[in-house]
Amino acid sequence: MRNGSAFKRHLKLRKIKGGLFSTLFLGSTLVGTLVLIVLLADVLRDSAGWLDWQFLTSYPSRKPEEAGLLSAFFGSLWVMMFTALFSFPVGIGTAIYLEEYAPDNRLIRLIQMNISNLAGVPSIVYGLLGLSLFVQALALGRSILAGAMTLTLMSLPVIIIAAQEAIRSVPEAHRLGAFALGSTRWQVVRRIVLPSAFPGVLTGTILAMSRAIGEAAPIIAISALVYLTYIPTNPLDRFTVLPIQIFNWVSRPQEDFQHLAAAGIIVLLVVLLSMNAVAIFLRNRYQKRTEE
Amino acid sequence: MANNSTSLEARKLELWYRNFQALRDISMAIPRNQITAIIGPSGCGKSSLLRCFNRMNDLIPGSRVKGEVLFDGRNIYAADVDPTEVRYRIGMVFQKPNPFPKSVFENVAFGPRVNGLADNLEEIVEHALQRAALWDEVKDRLHKSAMELSGGQQQRLCIARTLALEPEVILMDEPCSALDPVATLKIEDLMRTLAGEYSIVIVTHNMQQAARVSDMAAFMMMEQDRAGVLVEYGPTARLFTNPKDKRTEDYITGRFG
Amino acid sequence: MEIRTAFHKKLREIQDDILAMGSMVNKATLRSIEALKNRDLNLARQIIADDQKVNQKRFEIEERCIELIATQQPMASDLRIIVAVLSIIVELERIGDHAEGIAKIAILIGDEPPLKPLIDIPRMAEKTVDMLTRSLDAFIKRDADAARQIAMEDDFVDELYNQVFRELLTFMMEDPRTITRATRLIWVAHNLERSADRVTNICERVVYAVTGKMEEIGGSKY
Repeated sequence: MRNGSAFKRHLKLRKIKGGLFSTLFLGSTLVGTLVLIVLLADVLRDSAGWLDWQFLTSYPSRKPEEAGLLSAFFGSLWVMMFTALFSFPVGIGTAIYLEEYAPDNRLIRLIQMNISNLAGVPSIVYGLLGLSLFVQALALGRSILAGAMTLTLMSLPVIIIAAQEAIRSVPEAHRLGAFALGSTRWQVVRRIVLPSAFPGVLTGTILAMSRAIGEAAPIIAISALVYLTYIPTNPLDRFTVLPIQIFNWVSRPQEDFQHLAAAGIIVLLVVLLSMNAVAIFLRNRYQKRTEE
Repeated sequence: MANNSTSLEARKLELWYRNFQALRDISMAIPRNQITAIIGPSGCGKSSLLRCFNRMNDLIPGSRVKGEVLFDGRNIYAADVDPTEVRYRIGMVFQKPNPFPKSVFENVAFGPRVNGLADNLEEIVEHALQRAALWDEVKDRLHKSAMELSGGQQQRLCIARTLALEPEVILMDEPCSALDPVATLKIEDLMRTLAGEYSIVIVTHNMQQAARVSDMAAFMMMEQDRAGVLVEYGPTARLFTNPKDKRTEDYITGRFG
Repeated sequence: MEIRTAFHKKLREIQDDILAMGSMVNKATLRSIEALKNRDLNLARQIIADDQKVNQKRFEIEERCIELIATQQPMASDLRIIVAVLSIIVELERIGDHAEGIAKIAILIGDEPPLKPLIDIPRMAEKTVDMLTRSLDAFIKRDADAARQIAMEDDFVDELYNQVFRELLTFMMEDPRTITRATRLIWVAHNLERSADRVTNICERVVYAVTGKMEEIGGSKY
């Protein structure tokens, strides 16, 4: 006969433990969420009354009531456009090479390891690299192009790793099936791997872009310009970006500039969230299409 | 000897994965337009042998082949032979149904498309689906996802996909191991129908299946160093009622593990 | 390592049963001659009744074979053994029927005076029983050579039968009144001769079970 009372006692203990841990994990989740809510509430309160049309359509100014972030907004837009243009093809190409073509040897493993490590390198280091490589060595000056190239360098490891993950998640059985039908490797990549991996690659890229648009450090390193009173019209123009503008406002002593900074943060957040929304939208759309 | 009644012939075939010898001294002639079954315990190299017949092993880094596989009198491992062409003429069906995440139509059209045979695709697709005994079940959902089909239908779709290229040989790697008994019998029935026109080689764990479906049967085993060898090869009825080799006898009567 | 232990245990049990059935049949053959020699009508009736048990045994073994085929899908030597068993039990049952036939003749003869002392007929019976015992032994031991040898010995029984036939023929020619009694004895000898032929068939099945080859051995002259 089994000892029923011992079992019941033990069961009670197990249930208590289960409850304890589920509460603990709920607590961890709430910490993050609560902090985010407090932050948003604080920023929203600070920006109240400052986020208006005038703010969006004006250039920076010494007078808080006349200041706006028009040049920074367009600067960010320019830089992001070029960053995406550079990093997406290079990133996906690298990932395809590493996953589908590269032999399994020491050199490739070394490259792989370096890519993983680069993803963890502080962004200011990329800024310094961009300064000496693009701004000075390639003589691009403190231009949009130099900024975009710097951010490209920074985003690439993340994009490559995300794309590799997406490519790896394509079932091997599909590749083998395509090979068995007489496909060449490129046909397998083009017709089987890329369509399946695309949503994942896209999501990874947009998330890397979102990180890049919020970066101030590398841009400060190459272009400390803050008072820009025109919208850049070509890639070699000087520029500024949203995070730098916000940083500049925050570091001023006057109370009103703090309100401007808060309003700038709201704009930045909206841009970020829209990019994430686009990522989610595209992923869902492509997922549906490939499943059909 | 390779002659008109032989479709594929392995001659002193050996296979290595890096330092591990997976196959040793395999010589066998696959008869034309018949079904040949390869049986044997797990790890005996039967799937590896099958993948030698359409050079799928080439895709595994570190694999090496010695000896010959003659197809139409030509060694498919000769330097001037492109593995892509080999796979175009020798089809393969896998253990787990692996339709592409595309429509039923696109799955069947895939082979002709990649091989540049894009004319009369509609006709090719319908014909292949009919041969695979799937047409009636999918003709109204050709442009819906193949992933919505049942497991048995998916496997027949994979067979149709192969048939669309009009291969001379179809290699099947345990094609029913993921299917229920009814779906299994349907595939076996289909194999018998296809037999008169295609040479089929099937690897199976299921001895009764090999006995039911094949004309010729081969029994493989691994030796001490885990290299697979061909123990016995002969007409199915003979192999399953009166095997010549003691090891075959022990395996098929379950006196061996 | 043996994997299909349960299946092979059942297969061995069936073969044990074949031996049991063989010994039932042998006993019936020997006792039928005894009943004939001793004018023992009770024994004769007993043999006729016991034949039901032989038939019963046959169906029992047959059902178990069918069950094994249906549930275990036997292959190779296992399959051949089951197929051989299915044939052997039919032969055994018929040998049992021959013994029953002899017992019926014994009852028919009743207490009529004997035509002559029985010498060759008991020898035929003994030889047949000996051959049957050894053929089943060869089956259990998977000894095809022994089985072929045993089948060849059928000639000896055939010769005895010819001898009995000729001898009884002379009796009938000398004195037609003996015809009824002599004919009955010829029937007895014929039953035994048929039994020995059936042992030959069993031997052929043994050879098939062991080698997988269907072969006619010796070839009965009748």
